[in-house]
Amino acid sequence: MDLTRLPASELAGLLSTGEVSSVEATRASLDRIAEADGDLHAFLHVAGDAAIARASEIDQLRRDGRELGPLAGVPIAIKDVLCTNDMPSTAASRILEGWIPPYDATVVARLRAAGMVPLGKTNMDEFAMGSSTEHSAYGPTRNPWALDRIPGGSGGGSAAAVAAFEAPVALGSDTGGSIRQPAAVTGTVGMKPTYGGVSRYGAIALASSLDQVGPVSRTVLDSALVHDVIGGHDPHDSTSLRDPWPSFAEAARAGAASGSLAGVRVGVVRELDSEGFQAGVRQRFDEALALMQNAGAEIVEISAPNFEYAIAAYYLILPAEASSNLAKYDSVRFGLRVTPGETATVEQVMSASRGAGFGPEVKRRIILGTYALSAGYYDAYYGSAQKVRTLIQRDFAAAFAQVDVLVSPAAPTTAFRLGEKLDDPLAMYLNDITTIPANLAGVPGMGLPIGLAPEDGLPVGIQLMAPAREDARLYTVGATLEALLHESWGGPLLDRLPADFGRSAARESGQPDHLVPAPGPGTEPDGGTA
Amino acid sequence: MPDEPTPISAEQVQHLANLARIALTPAEIEHLAVELGSIVDNVRKVTEVATPDVPATSHPIPLSNVFRPDEVGDVLTNEEALSGAPDAADGRFRVAAILGEEQ
Repeated sequence: MDLTRLPASELAGLLSTGEVSSVEATRASLDRIAEADGDLHAFLHVAGDAAIARASEIDQLRRDGRELGPLAGVPIAIKDVLCTNDMPSTAASRILEGWIPPYDATVVARLRAAGMVPLGKTNMDEFAMGSSTEHSAYGPTRNPWALDRIPGGSGGGSAAAVAAFEAPVALGSDTGGSIRQPAAVTGTVGMKPTYGGVSRYGAIALASSLDQVGPVSRTVLDSALVHDVIGGHDPHDSTSLRDPWPSFAEAARAGAASGSLAGVRVGVVRELDSEGFQAGVRQRFDEALALMQNAGAEIVEISAPNFEYAIAAYYLILPAEASSNLAKYDSVRFGLRVTPGETATVEQVMSASRGAGFGPEVKRRIILGTYALSAGYYDAYYGSAQKVRTLIQRDFAAAFAQVDVLVSPAAPTTAFRLGEKLDDPLAMYLNDITTIPANLAGVPGMGLPIGLAPEDGLPVGIQLMAPAREDARLYTVGATLEALLHESWGGPLLDRLPADFGRSAARESGQPDHLVPAPGPGTEPDGGTA
Repeated sequence: MPDEPTPISAEQVQHLANLARIALTPAEIEHLAVELGSIVDNVRKVTEVATPDVPATSHPIPLSNVFRPDEVGDVLTNEEALSGAPDAADGRFRVAAILGEEQ
């Protein structure tokens, strides 16, 4: 039995009966990382012996008859945006190279308390700014489906690690799609919880009114199990909701068992199903809708007219908040210090340190945010963007008055090639068109795989969205859809992952033109979503 | 808001970089001026629908009066707080001179 292929839910079952030890499971993951990560570069740090030591402690606790949580002994990968007091936490930036925080993020403390075993820290776009993981200061992660393709971003490392069986589950963070879009392009599941549903304490902040930590996995149930561990109120985060939450695992199990979507009203967001989207993405999306309809769902077309303005609002609000949040990297309390000459003042040291420590995308967004917040521009740009946020919330409210969940393709295209959009920030930004509205409104969103695009053989994802606080609904509907898909495929999509990570695809990257997605959002500066 | 493209000059970028305390090379400044102009042209569309009657939203799920008891919590020790500092002395963060020679 290859332990790395098991979903966390099944591995947890074998651990609880003692058929498998946590040391065996952790060793299997570490061996898989040693085998695969030279190609993928999903990890920035691998815990190695420390992971084995922790696994051994969990095994001992179990032998001692201690009562352990449902995921005790299960290995987990952690996005490098989360503070860990025993591993470097760099957010993939040079400015935090080697920094080991003096405390754990609340989500990390919770998964440790639940007996989960941290495997290491996963790669990402620097400070979570990007959609491809190419903006990591430590080099990109590659997509296990085809090594010449991006794994999505910013959480490409967590998604690639889970897709390639290096880890059964992982943590991510989602500010504008950084959990859901990587899930879509790697054939994995990712959940952005309701804003405030999971603590942000110890998550290195990008845009505080948008950031949310969430699970990454290969099955809906596994995300639910991890969400149950990390969620809930945290007094260390003043935006943390005090709501009692139901068991998401129970919600997922109920969805998988029912096999029916009778009575579920599913809204298709017209503005997020543009003709500019890749043909194979639209085809698989339409097929998923038909599958849901056959299972009893009522499919309703929904218009959300202000979603058209979401990207513009996002790329004002995010840089504005980021320019403020990233002011803390001042070379005083932690991180890189560059001293430009003996007589340099503290301000010159700060400027030199930040100039040397930040990558191009981080500089671009800080300068843009500084511009958007400048006197004379503030009302027109930042003020207007905040009003658009209200309009998008109203669109969601109107939609959820008619339907239970909203759906869209999780990304406009399958994984694009490394380098394809790196020199065109606007094209990169437009890739987030489907995922950004949920962050602006604070509602939960889930990405899950719905097949491979016929034209390139790469994964396609669907996004499900629910009203704020209705995360459990996504787990139920998501698990039902997943069960229907697995039934129609005869197994999970990741069974079809190329054993050689699509090396042959990489070799043939001088591809015929018809394999290149048609122009549309993601390739044209105007966005094309009128 | 004028309809013509928004040119952003190298001087403006330099000024913004000074405000943000980021040392940029002349090549970076030139590159950023072009990119920012094109990004700003695209994001300014928010002004089309942001009419005076629409209230602003700063936070997705508003909360009010988030307080905690006024008790000493689980906080970092002095050593922990200084553990990542590039330079420290006498239990404090140490920095370069605040004022330059000409000041």
